[in-house]
Amino acid sequence: MACVNPDGSLTSSALDLLRLASRPVSPEAISAELATPLFKVRASLREMLAAGLVVELQAGYQATEEGAAKVGTVMA
Amino acid sequence: MDMNSFAEATIAPRMPRIGDPAPQFEAPTTHGTLRLEDFKGSWLVLFSHPADFTPVCTTEFIGFAKAQPALRELNTELMGLSIDSVYSHISWVRNVEEKMGIKIEFPVIADLNKEVASLYGMIMPGESKTETSRCVFVIDGEQTLRAMIYYPLTTGRNIDEIVRLIKALQTSDEHGVATPANWQPGERVIIPPPQTQEAAEERVQAEGVECKDWYFCTKELPEAK
Repeated sequence: MACVNPDGSLTSSALDLLRLASRPVSPEAISAELATPLFKVRASLREMLAAGLVVELQAGYQATEEGAAKVGTVMA
Repeated sequence: MDMNSFAEATIAPRMPRIGDPAPQFEAPTTHGTLRLEDFKGSWLVLFSHPADFTPVCTTEFIGFAKAQPALRELNTELMGLSIDSVYSHISWVRNVEEKMGIKIEFPVIADLNKEVASLYGMIMPGESKTETSRCVFVIDGEQTLRAMIYYPLTTGRNIDEIVRLIKALQTSDEHGVATPANWQPGERVIIPPPQTQEAAEERVQAEGVECKDWYFCTKELPEAK
């Protein structure tokens, strides 16, 4: 579930994840919502965190402005 | 021991053992970069195969893929490994899907630098210095090594046995029991032998317990009744 392609574009699973992260969301909730194994979600979040697309908050992970812009969502 | 053997013995990495914390790693896979810690909370079957595009390995991959739904019900993930590139892995799993109709959904580590293989002792130099043998490491949700199986290059593994092994381990954890030879879910389990004379006397008189002798007692588990 690599998220960021070599050309900087995002995979479809990464885009799904960012849409969910318009508000703080836990890895477990993402896994359940996307029917994706938790290990893949954790790896994706780590990659997106490093790319500055999400931030880790106490309540979970949330898309940054840059991340939200990738999917055209408005952050909660 | 000659000096060469001594030098080899002193630099050989320590093989992981049952009960050890599973060695942590980060590795490129067909599902991106994964860390062992990503699997925390799930059981994991980490297995190696000698090489992509080889017939025995292909039958094993098909077997593991078919077992994946049953393993998921046991909160267990799969991850393969060989000393091949990620491009080779991608090409092979696509080939398996195209030619055999089986989709490989679990990640496969591309261990070109043999880092993970060395960490887990997957290379058996007496058999091959360039390929990993058919190793299986069962890692629990706390990331402790619970079981290991090693098969040689020539012999495909019994995937049903790996599923049975995980069921047995999880049953032991849940009920504090052991399982006899060839045990299958629903069958009687073994109560660990008493540690004192008093406990031995109580054991042979306990209700719901069948004893051949004080050290060899079995019982049914509640859900099996």
